[in-house]
Amino acid sequence: MASLTSNPSTTGPLANRPPGSLTLRIEPPRTWFELRLQELWKYRELLFFFIWRDVKVRYKQTAIGVSWVIVQPLLTMLVATLFFGRLAKLPSQGLPYSVFCFAALVPWTYFSTALVLATNVMVENQRVITKVYFPRLILPVSASLSGLVDFGIGFVVLLIFTFAHDIRPAWTLALLPLFLLLAVLTVLGVGLWLSALNALYRDVKYLIPFIVQFWTLASPVYYSSSMVPERYRWLYGLNPMAGVIDGFRWALTGTGQAPTTTLLASSLIVCFVLFGGLVFFNYMEGSIADRV
Amino acid sequence: MTTAVIEAHGISKRFERGALSSSGLLRDTLARTLRAPWTLFQRQKPDTFWALNDVSLQVGQGEVLGLIGRNGSGKTTLLKILSRITRPTSGWAEIHGRVGSLLEVGTGFHPELTGRENAYLSGAILGMSRQEITRKFDEIVAFAELEKFIDTPVKHYSSGMYVRLAFAVAAHLEPEILLVDEVLAVGDINFQKKCLGKMEDVARAGRTVILVSHNMAAINALSSRVVMLRDGGVVFNGSPAEATARYYRESLDTSETGASLLERLREGNGKARFSTISIQVRGPSGHINVAYPGCDIEIEFEILCRSEFTNANAAIIFYDMNGYRVIDTNTAQKNEYVSMAAGQKARARFLLRDVLLKPGKYFVGLWLGRHSMETIDSIEHAATLDVMEGEENSKHSVTYPGVYLCRFESNVSII
Repeated sequence: MASLTSNPSTTGPLANRPPGSLTLRIEPPRTWFELRLQELWKYRELLFFFIWRDVKVRYKQTAIGVSWVIVQPLLTMLVATLFFGRLAKLPSQGLPYSVFCFAALVPWTYFSTALVLATNVMVENQRVITKVYFPRLILPVSASLSGLVDFGIGFVVLLIFTFAHDIRPAWTLALLPLFLLLAVLTVLGVGLWLSALNALYRDVKYLIPFIVQFWTLASPVYYSSSMVPERYRWLYGLNPMAGVIDGFRWALTGTGQAPTTTLLASSLIVCFVLFGGLVFFNYMEGSIADRV
Repeated sequence: MTTAVIEAHGISKRFERGALSSSGLLRDTLARTLRAPWTLFQRQKPDTFWALNDVSLQVGQGEVLGLIGRNGSGKTTLLKILSRITRPTSGWAEIHGRVGSLLEVGTGFHPELTGRENAYLSGAILGMSRQEITRKFDEIVAFAELEKFIDTPVKHYSSGMYVRLAFAVAAHLEPEILLVDEVLAVGDINFQKKCLGKMEDVARAGRTVILVSHNMAAINALSSRVVMLRDGGVVFNGSPAEATARYYRESLDTSETGASLLERLREGNGKARFSTISIQVRGPSGHINVAYPGCDIEIEFEILCRSEFTNANAAIIFYDMNGYRVIDTNTAQKNEYVSMAAGQKARARFLLRDVLLKPGKYFVGLWLGRHSMETIDSIEHAATLDVMEGEENSKHSVTYPGVYLCRFESNVSII
């Protein structure tokens, strides 16, 4: 009979189980790192449902719905163009300042909103976490991905906007998904740290607005990274969003330089943060339902 | 023996009390680390307690196992470990088959979403696939009796509608193994009955169920075996009837007359507490020692008030051995309400006339509160009442089940 069971390691009194049933083993956390990507794949439908819920609820809660996604970066761009472009006359790599700024604001808006969502995701889903099992990793992943719907809408507006300014995308546009991927991984990497910390320490949420504000100033959203001296460029690239935004702008408009140094530094740091985030999240995952 | 589908060996779970009680601020941790960096590496002696201690059990295919125990006995923790919400500190368990857990009604519901959307969302969270939900959707809506409102956001639902939809989704979960915690304690009576019926169907379909409940009636009606936990360990494993009797016996040990109630297990917001209870039985010839069918029962209890409340209802409730309420008397029925100020003491006296309970053991519970608004104090088992056989009832009534004896006349004649 044992040959009928799916897991040959369990024989003896349990051998007469119906064929094809799956065996689940529950044990104390052993290793400091178990990724269980297979399980994540098994739960992909739930991941989809969480993203779907986030998007649906977000659009239902605002009176103007989807248009909010467009209005927000558009207004920011107008104000920035007035003050930074017209009054402060910041250089904009030969692009109209409005295009220069808007091309950065679309990925930046995705990043900042997704980061806030990811930070709060464990606390906001506290009830579900303490009442039902699923791989907890789904939550920060869903938070990082749900912002992409907003991003998509913003991106369409951005394309129209650049066309209106007679800027035709070059072949570099094909590389744009890579920069977007880097942005998603940055959100996920940092979000893993912050969401787990937020579940454990109640005051992390007060840090978030500060972190986002600080990060905006340290990223080439309103100014060009070419203003940073060449020899410090790699240091600047330690902010992964510098690589993302520079790359995004370059891919979209084809002007400026390919951000090689910054991009390399950015990718490395993202890998590092993401790996550390996975380890930390995994380490906390075992006790999160007890402590959240 | 049937095939074991759940096997747990030496499951233990330790909680750190400090981690649970302190609010946990990153600021504090950082400040401590800066002030005294070595504490980060020092194993601090946290205030720990064992919620579960070396629990082993086996559940066979198609068995319905009732899990009972007082609050804090570890039954919910055990259920959470088996449903993988939290992990054990030591020990292991193996589960063979698809597990579904129902620890709450309406898991994952979002108020902004419609009934339809929530059914899908909650179904997915509980472990159903999208296809499965689509297939069962009409059935779910019919079970919840919500055909007209299924596209209304659930924030506009009444609490009854909400619970019906939530349970309907949960009831259509078809795992091989179902872990249920206390979810029957919701909804109106009719809906509860419907849910019980659905649960019985599940059990009859050969699926394995672990059911955690305080409701002895539900435990008795559904389970085939009962495990009782106390202080994180298994203290009983056997038949439901025996377990129920033991559960009640343990929850109640002291004598009935003038007993102090201050140390009893209770629920409520604590604005006032029942302090003593005494029960006296009166027969036609005055005070007697034992209760029998048809006697009058006088119950006196005292209430100590700690903070002011107004217009509360005080109730005396009788439960039978299965946990069914058989008598409910309260001051509100007589249009009388209790208002007290802090420091005051009150004495209440109820006289129950002609109590026609069948011989057997009953539990007397006390409740003080405002209906569906607050429970000020509630003791499920304040005293026991033994009803003996009276002179006028023959032994014929004792051996058959039932709780009530009515006065009757009968006449049989050959025609």
